[in-house]
Amino acid sequence: MKRSVSALAVTTMLAGALALGACSKKAQVADELPPQPATVADNGPPPGPGPVDTVIPGSNADFLAQMNGRNVIYFDTDKYDIDATDAAALRTQAEWLRRYPTKRATIEGHCDERGTRDYNIALGERRANSAKNYLVSVGIDASRLTTVSYGKERPVALGSNEAAWAQNRRAATITID
Amino acid sequence: MTLLKHLAPLLIAFVPAAGFAQEQQVVAPPPGAQGAPAQADDEGVLVGTVTGEGAWQDLGIAIPAFATNADVATPANTGGTAALGRELARVITADLKNNGLFKPVGPDSLPKPSFAEITAPAWGSWTSRSAEMLVQGYVRANGDGQLTVGCYLYDVQLKNELIRQGWVVQPSDWRRAAHKCADLVYSKLSGESPFFDSKIAYIAETGPKNHRIKRLAIMDSDGANHRFITNGGATALTPRYSPDYKSIVYLSYINGNPRIYVYDIGTGKQRIVTQSSNPTFAPRWSPDGRWILYSMAVGGNTDIYRVSAQGGQSTRLTDNPGIDVGGSYSPDGSKIVFESDRSGTQQVYVMNADGSNQKRISFFAGRAATPEWSPRGDQIAFTHIVGDFRIAVMTPDGRNVRDLTNSWQDEAPTWAPNGRIIQFFRTTRNSGDTALWQVDLTGRNERRLPTPVGASDPAWGPVLP
Repeated sequence: MKRSVSALAVTTMLAGALALGACSKKAQVADELPPQPATVADNGPPPGPGPVDTVIPGSNADFLAQMNGRNVIYFDTDKYDIDATDAAALRTQAEWLRRYPTKRATIEGHCDERGTRDYNIALGERRANSAKNYLVSVGIDASRLTTVSYGKERPVALGSNEAAWAQNRRAATITID
Repeated sequence: MTLLKHLAPLLIAFVPAAGFAQEQQVVAPPPGAQGAPAQADDEGVLVGTVTGEGAWQDLGIAIPAFATNADVATPANTGGTAALGRELARVITADLKNNGLFKPVGPDSLPKPSFAEITAPAWGSWTSRSAEMLVQGYVRANGDGQLTVGCYLYDVQLKNELIRQGWVVQPSDWRRAAHKCADLVYSKLSGESPFFDSKIAYIAETGPKNHRIKRLAIMDSDGANHRFITNGGATALTPRYSPDYKSIVYLSYINGNPRIYVYDIGTGKQRIVTQSSNPTFAPRWSPDGRWILYSMAVGGNTDIYRVSAQGGQSTRLTDNPGIDVGGSYSPDGSKIVFESDRSGTQQVYVMNADGSNQKRISFFAGRAATPEWSPRGDQIAFTHIVGDFRIAVMTPDGRNVRDLTNSWQDEAPTWAPNGRIIQFFRTTRNSGDTALWQVDLTGRNERRLPTPVGASDPAWGPVLP
C-alpha cells in the first residue's frame, strides 16, 4: 500500500525543525563564516560581459543579480531549518518570483562531504523542501517550484574544513529561463 | 573426455554468459611422457613456515607454473598454453597473497613441474624448500576451443593429495579457472566459503572535486577485466550487482533528477525501476533477486519501499518523519537492517521484511550508517561516524561493536561473498580523492584495490556458479 505523507506531518516536522533551529549554533557560525557570494558557483553562468543593465529582466541572470547571493541559504550540520537570515533571503526570492509570475524555479539541496552518500541525498532533499515550503508559505504557488537533491556530489567550497563545509550545506534557488 | 563432451551442451544451456562449468571428476593428465625431474632451484626456498602452533595462514604454499600436455596456441595467451600455465599460477598466488591470508610462493621463483608430475609430485623438491602445501595444476587445450584446467592441492609433509578439481572454460574465462583454484585451496585450508571467483561493481571517479565525473564500472574481484559501463555524461552512484550478475541496479541523474535504474549487462539497456515524480535512491537487491529495496523522498521525507525487480506497485515499509534510508536483507530474506535518524541522529534499525517490528539496534557512541548484513548472517557491517568515519561490524543484536579501520573517511562497506572480508571506499581529506580498500574481520589485513582511476561505492557480488 502506498501512502503519501500528510500535510500535517510535514507541518509538524517543519515546526519542530524551526524550534530546533532556535537553539542551534548557526548564528555563531554565521558570524565567523559569512557566506561569500563571490565564491558560490551556484549562481550559474555569470551575467554577460556587458554592463548589468543589459541583463534581461525576468531572466535567471536578472534573478541572480537581484539576489546578490541571497538565492542561496545555508544550514547547520545535519539541520534543515529555516532561520531568520534564511527567511529574509527567501522573502527576497519570493518578491522576485511574484514580479515574474510566469517564471518557475528549481531549488537544489546540498550537503557537506562529512555525511554518508545516501543519507546526504535524503538530507539535501529535506533542505530543498524547507526552502520550497517557506516560499509556498509566503504565497508562491507550489506548482512553480521543483526540488532536486545533489547530496554531497556538488560542493562549491573545496576544502575539508568547517568553513568549506558551512558553504556547502545549502539550498540554492535557480530560476528557469 | 566423454564426460567433457557430455558437459559441453549443458554449459551453453545453463551458463551461456560464463561458458563455464565444473568437472565433477577431474580427468588426471595421462601418465604419458615422463618429464625430467624438477630442477633444483635454491631461490625457491619458502619462508615463514611454522610449527604446529602456527595458524593456517602461515602455511608455506608453493604454487609452481601449471603444466600443459602440449604447448599449443590459445586465444587466452599469446605465448600458448605453457605460458598460460604460468599465468594461472600467478593469478592464484596473487589471490592468496593479496588478501593477507597466506604467504604463497609463486611460479616465478619455483621450478616448473612436468605434466606427469602434476599427479605425482616430486616430493623431495618441495620438502627441500620447506613447502608445507603444494598447489599444482595443468591446462589443456581441447579440440573444441575450450580449455580444461585441473587444480590439485597436496600436503607436502604427509605426501598426500588433499583435494582436486577441474573446470572447462572458454579461453576468455581462463582467469575464472585460476580464481576457482584459489577458492578451492582457500576453502580447503581455512574451512571458510570461497570468494575469489566473484565480481565488483563500483563508481569510477575522475575530475576535480567540484566537477567530478562518476561512471558505473565493473571488474573481477582482483581488479582484472575492468570495464566502464556508463560514459560519465550523468552522475552515477551506489551500484549493486544483481545476485545472478545479469544486471546492476544503481542511481543515475541521467534525466536531471536522482532515479534508480536497472542496467542489463547483456543488452546494455537500462530501465527505470519505478515511475515517480519523487527522487528514488539507495537501491538494494533482495538475496533472491526478486525484489528491490529503495528509498524515496516525498515532500522532503525519505522512507524505504520495496518493489518487484520486474517493476509494478511499490510497498512502503517505513512511515516515519525521520530519514529512513538504505536497507540490507538478512541472508534468508526475512529481515532488513536499515538506517534512520528518527532518534535525532543516524542509527541502525532492524525490521521484518514486511516493515513490521522496527527496532533500533545501535546504542553506542557516535552515529551508525550504511548497514550491510553479512552473507553469513552473523555480522552487520556499517559506517561508524565518530568524528572520523570508520568501517565497523556488530552482531545483529547491536553488540560486539568493533572498528576495523581508522582513517579520515571510510564508508560504504560491502561484504565478500563469504562474509569474511569487507570492501569500502576511503576519501582523502581536502583532495576528495577516493579509492577502494578492503579489510578482513581481524582489522589487521587492510589493502588498497588497484583501479584505473578514483573509485567509490563498491558492491561485491556473490561467487559465480
